[in-house]
Amino acid sequence: MKEKVVYQLKDKAIWVVLAVLVVAFSIANPRFLTPSNQLTLLRQVSMYGIASIGMTFVILLGDIDLATGSIISFVNILCAYLMVNMGMNMVLAIVITLIISTLIGTLNGFMVSTIGMPALIATFATQTAFQGIALIICGGLPINGFTEKFKIFGQGYVGIVPVPVIIMIACFAVGSFILNKTYFGRYFYAVGGNIEAAKLSGIRVGRTKYLVFSISGFFAGLAGIVMLSRTNSGMSNAGLGYEFEVITCVVLGGVSVTGGYGKMSGVVAGTCIIGALKNGMVLMNINSYIQSIVLGVVLALAVGFDCIQKKRQTT
Amino acid sequence: MSKEYVLQLQHIRKEYPGVVALKDVTLELKQGEILALIGENGAGKSTLIKCCSGAVVPTSGKIVVNGKEFESMTPQLAAENGIAIIYQEFNNVKELTAAENLFLGRPIKKGIVIDKKAMEREADKAFEQLRIKIDPKSLMKNLTVGYQQMVEIAKALQQDAKILIMDEPSAPLTSAEVESMFRVVERLRSEGISIIYISHRLEEIYRLSDRILVLRDGEYVKTLVTKESEIQELIKLMVGRELTENYPLRSDCIKKDEVVLELQDVCGNGDEKISLTVRKGEILGLGGLVGAGRTELAEMIFGAAHKKSGQMIFRGQEINPKSPREAIDLGIALVPEDRKRHGAMLGISIKNNINMPIYAKNATLSVINTKAEMQTAEKYRKSLAIKTPTLHQLIKNLSGGNQQKVILARWLAANSELIIFDEPTRGIDVGAKYEIYKLMNYLVEKEGKAILMISSEMEELMGMSDRIVVLSEGRMTGELKKEDFSQETIMEYASVANTEEGKTV
Repeated sequence: MKEKVVYQLKDKAIWVVLAVLVVAFSIANPRFLTPSNQLTLLRQVSMYGIASIGMTFVILLGDIDLATGSIISFVNILCAYLMVNMGMNMVLAIVITLIISTLIGTLNGFMVSTIGMPALIATFATQTAFQGIALIICGGLPINGFTEKFKIFGQGYVGIVPVPVIIMIACFAVGSFILNKTYFGRYFYAVGGNIEAAKLSGIRVGRTKYLVFSISGFFAGLAGIVMLSRTNSGMSNAGLGYEFEVITCVVLGGVSVTGGYGKMSGVVAGTCIIGALKNGMVLMNINSYIQSIVLGVVLALAVGFDCIQKKRQTT
Repeated sequence: MSKEYVLQLQHIRKEYPGVVALKDVTLELKQGEILALIGENGAGKSTLIKCCSGAVVPTSGKIVVNGKEFESMTPQLAAENGIAIIYQEFNNVKELTAAENLFLGRPIKKGIVIDKKAMEREADKAFEQLRIKIDPKSLMKNLTVGYQQMVEIAKALQQDAKILIMDEPSAPLTSAEVESMFRVVERLRSEGISIIYISHRLEEIYRLSDRILVLRDGEYVKTLVTKESEIQELIKLMVGRELTENYPLRSDCIKKDEVVLELQDVCGNGDEKISLTVRKGEILGLGGLVGAGRTELAEMIFGAAHKKSGQMIFRGQEINPKSPREAIDLGIALVPEDRKRHGAMLGISIKNNINMPIYAKNATLSVINTKAEMQTAEKYRKSLAIKTPTLHQLIKNLSGGNQQKVILARWLAANSELIIFDEPTRGIDVGAKYEIYKLMNYLVEKEGKAILMISSEMEELMGMSDRIVVLSEGRMTGELKKEDFSQETIMEYASVANTEEGKTV
């Protein structure tokens, strides 16, 4: 019974934190709570939100994907290059880009699963290499000059709602569906919770890892395309450091860093908290160095909370 | 107290929550003798020596070393009093040299730097004393297991050990290495070192020891003088408990002639030439000591390890499962020994634990049929009487017996024909044990399953099996029919030593 209460609290705590933040920022600056600012906030976090789906799955398995930021940069350059330098049709360019970003994820899966490298190092290697490839393709210069139509993904609106926010919501829905309604979702929890038992229950652990890293590559690619459309300029450093913000969203959302436990709804809350913090601090004119410190502390607190829980359970 | 004893354990009792591991055990070790400590798995040998090393604090009793009395030891106290233990798993650092390992933790220093030369010189002397040839400069990982063990012994002597406790020292060694280890041990005895020697190889004990202390189920049985005892007597003492007839009876309503699994000369994963058959509607018991290669055999049948040669025929077809998935799809199931690590997925609900192997099969376009998964779980909750308020409950909140039932439900849901039980009732309390036995009977009787049961509990093995195959050191040493079951014979088969040369290092 007591355990149940603790679990309930843990699940809800994240929403309480979000509510407290919203109230605090609203008092500090009434502009925070205006609908237009709220939508801006959501648009700001949409790239994190989209990429966080794949990252959630990866962390559920107990692994990590450091390639996310680099895939975003690479996708920026690749998609821009295909459309501008090669004059490719927009839809075709997007499809090719998404396929390639998914394949980069598959490459991570190959290194982690088939070769047996630690995910930390395998995805770090991918990160470094694809950053370099992006620079070679563009020669270090930004690529500009997309069609008007392409702007819709990052800058368009449906009614008053920004298109990237709609894409993010759709992604969360898809992520939640995979996690709760398909058997892959069950596999993720099983593998992350107890890899040996999962194997002995007939789960093909290797394939599951391939799948998860590929999905992570796909969502990173999607985030990259939204970003390209939003900035309207393909830049080779567009996704620099993005993986850490995405990891923060996921971990803050209560997904256990050791794998096996977490919910999509928590990640939604985690993403909103990061958005509220970033947006609120800007409104309060807090300088960006201090913002960095705050985000670092928040990440440490989130993981620390998770670890304390684990420790209590084992002792 | 007599002065001739260097070590006395007096009336040692050790309780763990719910279990008494040692009941009033007394051990007396004379100066310069080899005392063999024997007993079945779980007789309390390890717990007893851990009391000497300080790893375990006895609930009551006294430890007397050279006349000094202690309530309990600590690792440091043990070392100060000249007690050293050579464990089966060596405490060495593979990347350091033999000399460095010898002085691990207390290096010879010159100022603030380590004096490598002096350590190598000292190591040379120490090895000389044991009359073994080890280059102090060679890396530990390049030494054979036998030499690594010698370094351990040398290390103990270097630290002025007068009492040496050796836990199954011959287990990892080849026959040639065993010989040289014997010579070293005998030399140590002649130099006045007292040795407690734990082994399940009875021949060794007769070859080496002066006296033999027998433990059974945590109780002191008897101390014998080796020369005056017979091997048959010894086996009787080890296993001679009263057999209680509290196993549910099975009626033979299924004809046991349909062979479900047949192994022909299966080698691999540490096993050599295993041939056996399991029939529909029977329980084949797999007996032997811990480390006899039984779990390893189960892993091969279940596809978790690969066989090197030989044939496995399952329901008339030759099989060669490359993964548990393939074995499961064929109709083979494994209920593993370590439930928490290999069986139950603790952070996951009962329902999901049961459905895990069949999700993919019952899904349409990867989407789970939530109604069907609930029905499956519900069905087995009823038929196996799993006690839980809800099937959404996490499996970690269940008792051991109920967890075991959930795992059983998993394999019944997967339609398994052959169920391998590895220690089916380990960590399960007495009442729940009986329930598991009844379930096993139900499986063979009513469901017509075939069961291969690995068990280290003699009573369970004899009470539940239709036939018993005994393994020792990766080889089959005997097969018994129900009417030939006896504790003594099983124990004898289980202690047959592997005498052939060329065991891999």
